[in-house]
Amino acid sequence: MSVSVKNRLRKLTLTRKTDTEFMFGFIEFIGRIISKFWYTFMLFTEELGRIILLVCSTMKQIISPPAEFKNTSKQMVEIGIKSMPVVLITAVFTGMVLALQSYTGFKRFNAEFLVGTVVALSVTRELGPVLTGLIVAGRAGASMAAELGTMRVTEQIDALETLATNPVKYLIVPRFIAGVIVLPSLTVVADIIGIVGGYFVTVVLLGANSALYWRRTWDYLEMDDIYNGLIKSCFFGGAIAIISCYKGFYTEGGAEGVGKATTGAVVLSSMTILISDYFLSAWLFK
Amino acid sequence: MIELIDLHKSFGGNHVLRGVNLKVEKGEGMVVIGGSGSGKSVLIKHIIGTLKPDRGSVFIEGVDIAKLADHELYEVRKRFGMLFQGAALFDSMKVWENVAFALMRHGKLKEKDAKEIAVEKLRMVGLVGVENLMPSELSGGMKKRVGLARAIAHSPEMLLYDEPTTGLDPIMADAINDLIIEMKQRLSVTSVAITHDMHSAYKIADRIAMLYKGEIIEVGTPDAIKNTDNAIVRQFITGSAIGPIKIEGVTV
Repeated sequence: MSVSVKNRLRKLTLTRKTDTEFMFGFIEFIGRIISKFWYTFMLFTEELGRIILLVCSTMKQIISPPAEFKNTSKQMVEIGIKSMPVVLITAVFTGMVLALQSYTGFKRFNAEFLVGTVVALSVTRELGPVLTGLIVAGRAGASMAAELGTMRVTEQIDALETLATNPVKYLIVPRFIAGVIVLPSLTVVADIIGIVGGYFVTVVLLGANSALYWRRTWDYLEMDDIYNGLIKSCFFGGAIAIISCYKGFYTEGGAEGVGKATTGAVVLSSMTILISDYFLSAWLFK
Repeated sequence: MIELIDLHKSFGGNHVLRGVNLKVEKGEGMVVIGGSGSGKSVLIKHIIGTLKPDRGSVFIEGVDIAKLADHELYEVRKRFGMLFQGAALFDSMKVWENVAFALMRHGKLKEKDAKEIAVEKLRMVGLVGVENLMPSELSGGMKKRVGLARAIAHSPEMLLYDEPTTGLDPIMADAINDLIIEMKQRLSVTSVAITHDMHSAYKIADRIAMLYKGEIIEVGTPDAIKNTDNAIVRQFITGSAIGPIKIEGVTV
């Protein structure tokens, strides 16, 4: 066997050895990814399971006496009245910018008369419920998670238990009921203010015909658009309350834990609103 | 009477309670001592039923509360009062609302009547004129007193104290000890306190139990504990860093 052939064989052997090492490394890499994915999946299912259990416990406590009227009305003020200014500002400017963009866009094909319809449909079906939900998630959801989280780390929730008071009934049920009632109420206000904002830009600032604006709005707007928007906001209200209370209720790790719970509540509530919005819309607006 | 039989509790792989046996007679003042992480808080949470054991029984006046449903457990808890280490006052409520919480919720008392009782209980723990303050306006010692007033407001049969003197200056700590003794004498309650403050333990205890590595290793009167031959108990009560108890993560 010539020297060159021997060298070639040696090279080939070495390459094969490297290939084997590479294969093992690759398998290890894939294994690590699968193991990480599995761990994340397990954490996700654990969290989902705990949220479902909390929902079941909340439902059970809603129907068991006594009713928490005082706490619920306090939470309705906290979530509803205190969120009102920011909801009003958001709704009016959303309606205004929607009208402005639609007007200038539709003008290109002489369809300015449809601005009222576009504003009304967009606000009632989509923007009213979703933007109100996101605002409440950011303001009231964060507040709920921080309050319950602080109560957890300072043993106030344990104190409730020792005073023979079910913390789910005392803390979570009022927030859940308030969320489900208040969010649609805020959405109704947002719908009205959004449409008025659109009217202001279209008619007052851009000089469109007022009667035509309203006629086109009412001609194409159906009650189902409003109802379905409110059904969505009911769901968003309940979801924000449950998620935020869940994050606060299971807080661990002192002040840092409260911070994490608050951030987690806002992020998870917002994601839930945006994702569930698509599926709810697909189901409700067939 | 409170009786714990072969109590086991684990959190993940951490076996915290490893067969605790302890009996507290009616009207007795029991103090459970033990180092940080020995499972004292876990033990007291089992007595009031906020934790359920993995194995074993917790008898409260002959009823095993580990086997009770949630609504039955809440009824048992009405017979308890508990003072928390950090007082755990509800910071969204005024002082009197904290004290009257159980009265208004379970006693169905009207606000005016509940406030009267709350003011009376606050007076019992040496606080006058604080009923309309918020907890954030109180000092640490005052918070503990309000916590004690809340614990006794609904006239419980059993009182639990979680580190009652921790975080207080020596004079305030002694005042709290005196209050605990006074509560026991005036209200004839069965009490269980957990602490690592030996001065407090000797003062308020009828009997002292030492919890070590998840087990009760010695029970006796304060005098018996002071004169014990058990090296572990001796090291703990004398507060020596050298002995059979090793400090976790530290080499001596």
